[in-house]
Amino acid sequence: MLKDITLGQYFPGNTPVHRLDPRSKLIWLVGYIVALFLAKSWVSYLFMAMVLASVSATSRIRPKTLFSGLKPLIFIVCFTGVINLFYGTGEPLVQFWLFKITKEGIYNAVFMVLRIVLLVCGTFLLTYTTSPLQLTDGLERLLSPLKKLRVPVHELAMMMSIALRFIPTLIEETDKIMSAQKARGAGFDTGTLKERAKALIPLLVPLFVGAFRRADELATAMESRCYHDGEGRTRMKVLRFAPRDAAALCLCAAMITAVAVLRRFGL
Amino acid sequence: MPIIKVDDLTHVYSQGTPFEKVAIDRIGLDIEKGELLGIIGHTGSGKSTFIQHLNGLLKPSSGTVYFDGTDIHSSREFARGVRFRVGLVFQYPEYQLFEETVFKDIAFGPKNMGLSEAEIDERVREAAGFAGVPESLLEVSPLELSGGQKRRVAIAGVIAMMPQVLILDEPTAGLDPAGRESILQNIMAYRRETDCTIVLISHSMDDVARLADRLIVLDGGRVAMDGTPAQVFERAEELVGMGLSVPAATQIALALRARGVDIPESIYTINYLKKLLIARREGDGQC
Repeated sequence: MLKDITLGQYFPGNTPVHRLDPRSKLIWLVGYIVALFLAKSWVSYLFMAMVLASVSATSRIRPKTLFSGLKPLIFIVCFTGVINLFYGTGEPLVQFWLFKITKEGIYNAVFMVLRIVLLVCGTFLLTYTTSPLQLTDGLERLLSPLKKLRVPVHELAMMMSIALRFIPTLIEETDKIMSAQKARGAGFDTGTLKERAKALIPLLVPLFVGAFRRADELATAMESRCYHDGEGRTRMKVLRFAPRDAAALCLCAAMITAVAVLRRFGL
Repeated sequence: MPIIKVDDLTHVYSQGTPFEKVAIDRIGLDIEKGELLGIIGHTGSGKSTFIQHLNGLLKPSSGTVYFDGTDIHSSREFARGVRFRVGLVFQYPEYQLFEETVFKDIAFGPKNMGLSEAEIDERVREAAGFAGVPESLLEVSPLELSGGQKRRVAIAGVIAMMPQVLILDEPTAGLDPAGRESILQNIMAYRRETDCTIVLISHSMDDVARLADRLIVLDGGRVAMDGTPAQVFERAEELVGMGLSVPAATQIALALRARGVDIPESIYTINYLKKLLIARREGDGQC
């Protein structure tokens, strides 16, 4: 079922990770990604995996939920792995036709796959533990220095939160239209590729018409409540850093330092 | 033999996740050929989930639904066939129109059935007639129509498959009184003409009281009441307890009884109430 898609989903909870300021979580994610790209060896990857495991344990997100988010990415992960497999330099272990597999190639492939998996899981942890509203709020605040460069930060954040907000709505709508067309004998999962593409028309046309209608209604609703963008807007919930945020950021710095030190020692 | 037999049906959404929800809880039910079955229940009582099992769109978590004696999900082919024999008109069906012309949209179902051009043409015109879509609109884009007209086109799209059972999920929601009445009249005329079985979900107690042969009340995914409208509306207090109401006529009758007027309990249409009251006045000169 489409409803089971976990992309961008938020699992409400009341753990230290949930309570963290969204800005610290975003900074954490950036730090985590930096550390991941600094990692060079088994030791440091193991360390990063442990970091991920402990954060997910603290936030009480089950590993099963975390990995289920990877499902749509299996193809990309495998593809990257295979490509990297053939691009190693050094002594070939196996060689056939144009391809050769080297020890370095295998290492590269495994590390690359690990890196993507850890990266995606980390990102999912952020969206699982932060509501879309908090997330865009945090993003807007973090990016607010860019306002000086005339980047429409508020507008971008608003667009993002509207887009996130409508993902579940559109999924639900897709489900409904699909059922309605199936009730008239439409088949979405049989036939050749061309037939299947054609079968999507009865789904996509009403979906687009509906999306435009919704957009229109939303714009009217916002305008009738005197929405205006940018300058002078105040917030109902002002983000405030708490001591736990300082602690979290220290941990983040420690993580990067640890990986950097490991790298320095060639690990 | 009932045309649809529901045996111990249970449906659980998002099974095995934190969002798990039991929508249908062990429903058993026979739908007889030719009857007009009304289903009432407040929002979230499982009505819409329930009817999607009757044409095989949803698979039961447990239990079985039989169409004409055969398990709907016994084979893929049979399940697909059942969708044509049990027509389902969803809530707000006007949002599913997609073709360039009204004609093509109504023809979508018959086309999927693999009928010939001539047959499709005949069915589309016939269905448009039943649903009250004027011939002059057939070549117009469905997006140009008014809300009520779109609704009729969507209903025609299901009728064109000539289903043996027609299920309508709140066909009159969001329409003005004249539009409601005329769509209901169209449905009743269709029923007289074809003798098909009809399942009607409605929030309007007056409508189901007037039209249904049999009424089912769903509450929390279970069948709370099952009987003739008279039997169901007799239990007015329980209905109110479930967040439902009773027809206006029943409300008046109950109020009159409370003031000591001697009239029977099971009154649920205005016409019957009117007859009773007039008869009383002519009988003893007072009301």
